[in-house]
Amino acid sequence: MIKILMKVSSMRLLAENLSARRGEDLIFTDISFTLGAGESLVLAGRNGSGKSTLLRVVAGLLHPETGRVAWTSESSESGMRAAEACHYLGHRNAMKAELTVAENLAFWKSLFGDVDGGKGISPAEAAETVGLGGILHLPFGYLSAGQQRRMAFAKLLVAYRPVWILDEPTAALDVNAEGAFTGLINAHLAAGGIVLAATHQPLGLENAKELKMTGFAGVAEGRW
Amino acid sequence: MTALLLRDLKLSVRAGGGALIGVLFFMTVVAVIPFGVGPDLNLLSRIGPAIVWIGALLSALLGLDRLFQTEREDGSLDLLLMQEHPLVLTVLVKCLAHWLGNGLPLVIASPLLGLFMNMDEVAIGATMLTLLVGTPALTFIGAVGAAVAVALPRGGLLVSILVLPLAIPVLIFGVSASYAAVEDPAPFMPPFLILVAITMFFAVLGPLGAALALRNAGD
Repeated sequence: MIKILMKVSSMRLLAENLSARRGEDLIFTDISFTLGAGESLVLAGRNGSGKSTLLRVVAGLLHPETGRVAWTSESSESGMRAAEACHYLGHRNAMKAELTVAENLAFWKSLFGDVDGGKGISPAEAAETVGLGGILHLPFGYLSAGQQRRMAFAKLLVAYRPVWILDEPTAALDVNAEGAFTGLINAHLAAGGIVLAATHQPLGLENAKELKMTGFAGVAEGRW
Repeated sequence: MTALLLRDLKLSVRAGGGALIGVLFFMTVVAVIPFGVGPDLNLLSRIGPAIVWIGALLSALLGLDRLFQTEREDGSLDLLLMQEHPLVLTVLVKCLAHWLGNGLPLVIASPLLGLFMNMDEVAIGATMLTLLVGTPALTFIGAVGAAVAVALPRGGLLVSILVLPLAIPVLIFGVSASYAAVEDPAPFMPPFLILVAITMFFAVLGPLGAALALRNAGD
């Protein structure tokens, strides 16, 4: 373990002075953080406080109003976008209901490819890891909401990305699965990964930093 | 990228994929024309290439709005946007898959519909050839409209109206090349080559425009 940490210790996800706007309103202003290997950040705050917006900004899906997100690691070329080092698990599962689970996972595995520093596991192993080994042949649409969520999580395992961005990862999950997920996230952290998660339920991560989002920064500070 | 092509092809033939819907719509449009204009065989063979082209144009527009919308609805679009592959390439591959799944069946069905319109072999062959060359342009043009309207809940008709003006030149040169093959004084090659040029032009511009629209569609 120590060796792994040493090897990847130069990884850094850096966010500087991020602000984001939705329509007219600034949702948050001047958020900065740095996450190194094995570190995690949990975003907390009530609905509409900008947790998902911040995650989407870090994932490169929204343009920040100010600030930047940067990714550095030993193996990354200087021009690498932060988004390319990230897995993003949003509210929607990004799986096709018409295709079987195996086809879905194999497709993402092949499209993602592995980032330097790790290797993804096979779709069958990933399904086994999330506790749904026997149903790879079923169309994704046949699964229950909780099973779909688990399979969406298995998608994170089939290709290696150092950073996991998780938006409400445990929605629709039973208590057992929640525990299993926490175990997987902790394993990712122990292997030198970085986790950025927004959640209402405590995830039970070891020594996670917490960021409280208050929302509508622009209104509170009189900035438009 | 091959994985994306194969996945989209699979999706287009599975339930709700729309490959068959387009062909059925094409057949419906062309098959009702003889009933509408009456059993004048000469008239039918004269308007045949134009009718087949119009039918193909309308069917090609039919499924275009779903090109990016399904990806957005289930969240796949976010992940496609995050990858290191240039987005232009991703869009190009999606366009190719869409054409193979929806455009090519129209080309293959067109000789049968040519028979409905009492067209002779040369006219059928020319129409099929021009469709083969021209329908990719329709997909590339439509991709821009589909990307612009990706966030709209009922963008289907809007996409068709947005891209129709750009699709008109394809129709004009497709039909005139088909006619030129059967009518003596008009040469076949000039309109056909312009059709090829239009397709190649939009093969570059379409994915570029669509990628730009998708990047800025962030919500």
